[in-house]
Formats: sequence, C-alpha cells, structure tokens
Amino acid sequence: MAVEHKIVQKQMLAPDVVSVWLQAQQIARVRKPGQFIILRIAEGSERLPLTIADVDPAAGTIRLIVQAVGKTTRQLAELEVGQAIRDVVGPLGKPTHLENFGHAVCVGGGVGTAVVYPIAQALAGLGNKVTAIVGGRTKDYVILESELAQFCTEVIPTTDDGSYGRKGFVTTALKDLLDGSPNPPIKAIYAVGPVPMMKAVSELTRPYAIYTVVSLNPIMVDGTGMCGGCRVTVNGKSQFACVDGPEFDGHLVDFDELSDRLKTYREAESQALKRYEQHQCKLKGTL
Amino acid sequence: MTVKQRMAIDRQKMLERPPHKRNKDFNEVNLGFDEELAKLEASRCLQCKNPKCVEGCPVGVDIKKFLELVEQGDFLGAAAVMRDANSLPALTGRVCPQETQCEEKCIRGIKGEPVAIGHLERFIADYERAAGEPSKVQIAPATGKKVAIVGSGPAGLTAAADLARMGHDVTIFEAFHAPGGVLGYGIPEFRLPKKIVAAEVVNLKKLGVKIELNVIIGRTYTLDELFENGFKAVFVANGAGLPVFLGIPGENFKGVYSANEYLTRVNLMGAYDFPQRDTPIIRGRQVAVIGGGNVAMDSVRTAKRLGAEKATIVYRRSEKEMPARVEETHHARDEGIIFEMLKNPIRILGDDDGWVKGMECLRMELGEPDDSGRRRPVPIEGSNFIIDADVVVVAVGASANPLLSGATPDLKINKWGYIEVDENLQTSTKPGVFAGGDIVRGSATVILAMGDGRLAAKSIDKYLATLNS
Ligand SMILES: Cc1cc2nc3c(=O)[nH]c(=O)nc-3n(C[C@H](O)[C@H](O)[C@H](O)COP(=O)(O)OP(=O)(O)OC[C@H]3O[C@@H](n4cnc5c(N)ncnc54)[C@H](O)[C@@H]3O)c2cc1C
Ligand SMILES: Cc1cc2nc3c(=O)[nH]c(=O)nc-3n(C[C@H](O)[C@H](O)[C@H](O)COP(=O)(O)OP(=O)(O)OC[C@H]3O[C@@H](n4cnc5c(N)ncnc54)[C@H](O)[C@@H]3O)c2cc1C
Ligand code: SF4
Ligand code: SF4
Ligand code: FES
Repeated sequence: MAVEHKIVQKQMLAPDVVSVWLQAQQIARVRKPGQFIILRIAEGSERLPLTIADVDPAAGTIRLIVQAVGKTTRQLAELEVGQAIRDVVGPLGKPTHLENFGHAVCVGGGVGTAVVYPIAQALAGLGNKVTAIVGGRTKDYVILESELAQFCTEVIPTTDDGSYGRKGFVTTALKDLLDGSPNPPIKAIYAVGPVPMMKAVSELTRPYAIYTVVSLNPIMVDGTGMCGGCRVTVNGKSQFACVDGPEFDGHLVDFDELSDRLKTYREAESQALKRYEQHQCKLKGTL
Repeated sequence: MTVKQRMAIDRQKMLERPPHKRNKDFNEVNLGFDEELAKLEASRCLQCKNPKCVEGCPVGVDIKKFLELVEQGDFLGAAAVMRDANSLPALTGRVCPQETQCEEKCIRGIKGEPVAIGHLERFIADYERAAGEPSKVQIAPATGKKVAIVGSGPAGLTAAADLARMGHDVTIFEAFHAPGGVLGYGIPEFRLPKKIVAAEVVNLKKLGVKIELNVIIGRTYTLDELFENGFKAVFVANGAGLPVFLGIPGENFKGVYSANEYLTRVNLMGAYDFPQRDTPIIRGRQVAVIGGGNVAMDSVRTAKRLGAEKATIVYRRSEKEMPARVEETHHARDEGIIFEMLKNPIRILGDDDGWVKGMECLRMELGEPDDSGRRRPVPIEGSNFIIDADVVVVAVGASANPLLSGATPDLKINKWGYIEVDENLQTSTKPGVFAGGDIVRGSATVILAMGDGRLAAKSIDKYLATLNS
C-alpha cells in the first residue's frame, strides 16, 4: 500500500490546459466515472479538487486534466514528468448515475469537457448512443475532440467566435439537436462546464423535461463531508457536493448561489496569483 | 505534613500569558507549573483513604498515587503511573473538562478549591517529554497479526498504542494529510500545541505503528478489502464529522462558516499564515460565533487572533448552561470576547453582493428543564434585534459522518447514524469490527474517546486470540 504520486506523462491540450497522468494505484483500481480526487502539491499548498478524467488500472495511474486559472492550478501545470505530488486522496464523490438510456448527450464547456469525458466513455460502454458537444472560446480551447470521437457517435465542436466548428455556445448546438427529432430520442444530458453554461443548458432542457445532470464545482476543503464548505442548494435543500454529489439534477440546482459563493476568495486568489507570478519572474531572472 | 497544613495551602495558579498579548497570536495561553509549584500543589492532596477523584475520571487514573509521587518530586515515576491508565496525559491535562470530572469529585472541592489535577497531569507529561525519556514500555513479542485502525483521533491513537504494545502489527488509516483528528484540525494551537500531538505520533511510530495518510475507508478501501488485505480486526474511530447548520435563512451567504471549516482552514491548512501558505480565510472585523461549547469558544478566540475587533459568542441559554470548559470561558472573557447570552439567531442577513452583514436574533428566557436537565430557552415574543457581523461561524454541533457506514451495509448504526456497539467490548455487529469515540457516542470528549480506544484494544486482543483456535 505504499504511496508515491509521480507524474508519468504530461501533455498540453490547449493554452493553459494540461493533461497529466499520475501514479495513484489504489485510486486507479477502484474509481468510478464521476469521481474526483483532492490533491495537495506540497507542504503549505491548498487542497485542490480535480475530476479523475481517466484511469489505467494496469499501470496504476490516473489522468487529470487541469485548467491553470489560479496559483495552485498554475503550479500544478508547471510540474514536469518525474516530479511528485505530495498528497492525493480519493476517489471522492458519488459515481455518476449510469444506465442504458438509448441516446445520451454529453456537453462539455472548456475544461468541463474533461469531466464529461469519462462519463461519455462509460455511457458508450453501456451501449448508449452518445453525442458529444464540446465548446471552447476559440479553436485552441476545444479539447478531447478526437478522443471522444473514439466512442461517441458524433462529436460537435463549437466555438464562441466561430473559429472552429459551429459558431456560438454549446446551447445553440444542443437546441438544434433536441429540435432535430434525434433517433433514438435523447433521454439524458450530462453537462459540465462553467456555472453559467450549466445553468443555460439546464434552462434549455427544462421545457423538454429531459433528465439533465450537472457536475458542480464549489470550493472544497476536506471532500469527506466534514466542513460543509461545499454546500449547494438543490431543490431548496442544502447538500454537500463532495459527498452528496458532485453531480445533481440540473433542473433543481440553485446556480446563482453557487456562482456567488465561488467568488468568496476572489481577492485572496488574485493576491496569491500575483505573488506567485512575481516569484516565478524572480526565479527566471536569476537563471 | 499534617492534614491541617495541607488544608492551609491555596490552589496554585498556572502561569499564563497576558490576555492582550496572547489574543494576537496562536502560541499557547498557559505556561504551566514549574517544579516547585507542582510539588506545592500536589501537597494539597489529602491522600484520601477513599479517593473520590478517581471515580470522576473516565479512565480511572490512579490520581492519588501520581499526586503522591509529584509531591515527592518523582515526576517520571508519576508519569509512569499516569500512563498505566492514560497514554496521552499531555493532551488530557490540557483539554479534559476537569471541573466536571476528576476535580469535581475531589474532596477538597467541598469546602474550597479542588486539587489542580489537570494542571499537574499536564506538568508531568511535559516534564517527561522534555526529559526525552518516555516511561519504559514493554512491547510483547510480535504476534504477526495485522490490525487496522480507521482514524487518527484520540480513540485511534490510543488503541494503536495499546495494540502495538500487545505485539500486534498496527496500521492507522487517516483520511486527512496529517494525523491527530480533532486534536490536529479542531483544537487550536493556543490550547493544544501541535508539537505535542506530533510528539505522540512519533512515540507511536517508535512502537512500530504505521500511519497511512490520505486513505478514506469506505472510498479508497472498504472494510471488507481491509480483511482481504490480511487485516484480522479493524477499530473504527472515524469521529463524528458532519457539521450541523441551523437551517435558518441566509446560511449560504459568503462569510458564513461551519466551525469545522473555520477551524480546519486555520489549524490544519494554516490560513492564518496566508499568503505564505495557500489556503485563505475571510478575516472578519466583527465575527459572531453561534454556540456555547468548546468548539464555539475555540472559533471565537481564533477569530480574535485573526484580527477581529469584535468577536462575539451568541448562545441561546445562559452562561451557566454553556458546555464549554470553564477555563476556556474565563480565558475567552479575559481576551476580550463578548458574550451575548440568551440570544438566538433566526435569520442571517446579507448585503447586495451576497456577503453576510449581520444576524437577526431573538432574546430568550429560561423555562422548565428539558431532557438534558438544563433549563429550556424560550424565545421572548417581539424581542427581535440585530447583531452586526461580517463573518458568522456556526458551532452548534456535529452529526455522524455516513461515508464509512454507507459503504458498509452490514455495520449496524442507530437512527442518528452512530455505530452500535456492545458497550463492554466495543464490538460492532460486523465480525472483527470494533468501534469507539465520537462515531459511537456522538460528540463527546477526548478522554472518553481514549477510554473507548483502550477498551477496544483489550477486546481486539482477546478476539485475535480466539482466531488461533
Ligand atoms: C469536484 C470538483 C472537480 C473539479 N474538477 C476539475 C478538473 O477536472 N479540472 C479543472 O481544471 N478544474 C476542476 N475543478 C475546479 C478546480 O478545483 C478549481 O479550478 C481550482 O480550485 C482553482 O484553484 P486555483 O488555486 O488554481 O485558482 P484560484 O486562485 O482558487 O481561482 C482562480 C479563479 O478560478 C475560479 N475558481 C476557483 N475555484 C473554482 C472552482 N472550484 N471551480 C471553478 N472556478 C473556480 C475563481 O473564481 C477564480 O476566478 C473541480 C472542482 C471541483 C469541486
Ligand atoms: C473544536 C473542538 C474542540 C474540542 N475541545 C475539546 C476539549 O477541550 N476537551 C475535550 O475533551 N474534547 C473536546 N472536543 C471533542 C473531542 O475532540 C472529540 O470528542 C474527540 O476528538 C473524538 O475523538 P475520535 O478519536 O472519536 O475522533 P476524531 O478526533 O474526530 O478523529 C477521527 C479521525 O478519523 C478520520 N476519518 C474520518 N473518516 C475517515 C475514514 N472514512 N477513513 C479514514 N479516516 C477517517 C478523521 O479525518 C479524523 O482524523 C473538541 C472538539 C472540537 C471539534
Ligand atoms: S484523564 Fe482527565 S479526568 Fe482523568 S485524571 Fe486526567 S484530567 Fe482528570
Ligand atoms: S479526592 Fe482530592 S484530595 Fe482526595 S486523593 Fe483525590 S485528589 Fe487527593
Ligand atoms: S468539502 Fe468539506 S464538506 Fe464537502
């Protein structure tokens, strides 16, 4: 049961989006789609929640896909193959509810595509027809398209600026799909991405009364239900996303509250990032 | 010394750092006894034929004997007596609610003040640690039997130490990245320095106990997988865990914390040291903490140390009913904590940007005693008023964490989610699985958790012996 979490492979998927394969034998063995880990890069680092995008049980490795948005994710993205992460705990969260729906759609916005990726894979494995819609700001930000194409019937890329695939948000493509009398009919939609995107998808599918699952990303500390920091309101009730989720019925989630709570540490986060950047500059300056 | 001479000595006060200094940092408040003070205080003990004090101690420390040795200046001998019943005296000396346990029963308390048993316990433990000479412990020959312990709080640490001495091969699995349970992430440095917890962990490792951090039983491994991996018995000591909220409007405004989150960010993640360390916390100017127990007291004193101008306890009963240790309440008051007694929040108020800005409260009065024997607080109609606050910490209790029990259907739990055990053996309904501490008792105390750990170790030892035949 000895534990060592070395990075064994690293690849840039988009500007600021990195894919790493990490040693985590036991987690690789037992994790189910939809689950996540919490890691701590080094002593003094934050506890950072990340979805397990893929696993290789034989090699004892897990794949993380990370968007470098702040200090900790930047620091993680800058680690090289061979370097180790101090703490990795998991798998956390409830596994995705999966069944053979006939036809399911997986919608990924930005790095959220990394979160729907394992779900799409599992749905396909159960015999579903899976359509994927993957959105990015521009062409460079559309990730995992070819990997999804290996098991999805169709992958529809979209970009906000029209530089690649369909122009517009993922919701535009989804609406067309829903209105285009899909065959077999769409029975489930899994949408993961920025909060406004998940909210928009949920609003879009509500009149169609199609089962819509979203994966929430509130701020977490322990990931075991102990702190309550990750609480979200679902169907008017308080739920702890780390143990009751992270996936919930999108039609019942209070997205506005989630967006707002995600802003709690904005000031501290920008301070931390600025400090980090200054530190990195100094380092480079002395080299 | 005659009884009369002993009776003439007043209770000695432990030295403590001045309130206006200590409420600005996280260093320990109490400075402890020196050798002379310790001997003097111990000489207040009447060496009763029938020492009542022992009845008040949940683990039956031989108080009379250890006090006698302290009086004689044999501090290491006293520590050895202590460790027969209590393996973590440096901790219990600091955190036991002595005034309702050993000291409450002490005969000297009838007419004056009881012997300062807790302070002396702390003294001998610290003396022993400084001497670098933990009392000699016998380790039985290795049995080669693997025992798993879930959780590294006081229950788990105690059971691990005892089982290792019995010769078993012990591994502790801990969900967090650091050991100690509540001793590490909950109780703050100014009350229980982390180096003391760390020293106990080092002692455990010397006994051969292995500690695997970042492992969640019920997620990383199930209990059944532990048995498949060769463990013959498991002691579940995963604590109570889940924070309880009030269920009043506004609890999700930014700046509202559970005490667990607030204390974990500060103690475990070092948020007081942001940005040197990465985990942030909102430092309020006016912090209101709801509750009246140790957890509330720790939170409000932490808030003060994080720079709050006003740090307030809001409690729905009166000070007499507060379950916190008396010493902590005194310390809090000296440090400038404000006490709003007989007040109950009914709504948390927020500003236009979703930040908490205050609480609407009702004044309460005390009615008839309730099930707990304490007088029930009754709201006074129309007494609504507002307490301003930019951070609110909810410290009104904890409930059972269902993570492990949920993954273990054959482990019987009661209707509140706590694990059911045979009280005399700590055995659960699942063969080979024992349980104790907060996950059995609900939120209890360090010493009760340790008592459970000790009892479980004995039961496990017996159980392992039956596996031979
Ligand atoms: C269950 C779960 C799974 C996740 N899986 C992934 C994943 O697979 N890949 C990935 O890249 N990210 C994932 N996230 C989000 C990731 O944890 C955050 O992006 C991360 O905490 C940011 O840390 P930071 O220190 O780099 O940035 P910070 O300095 O903390 O934040 C920088 C910016 O990101 C925003 N932000 C902060 N926290 C979050 C958050 N939790 N979600 C969204 N935005 C946030 C802030 O508002 C801020 O603008 C997941 C989150 C959760 C809760
Ligand atoms: C802030 C605070 C102040 C307190 N002050 C006092 C005081 O002054 N005096 C006093 O006597 N008592 C006090 N208490 C109560 C006391 O700390 C508890 O009763 C005691 O710690 C319970 O011990 P335990 O071993 O049962 O569990 P805990 O100390 O809760 O330890 C449980 C451990 O198990 C780990 N764990 C949980 N689930 C899993 C899992 N599935 N797999 C692996 N590991 C897991 C947890 O991370 C934790 O480390 C206080 C409590 C708090 C929160
Ligand atoms: S363990 Fe606690 S109750 Fe027992 S003697 Fe020590 S301080 Fe008193
Ligand atoms: S009851 Fe008090 S005086 Fe008597 S033996 Fe115990 S500590 Fe000493
Ligand atoms: S992260 Fe602490 S309860 Fe969910």
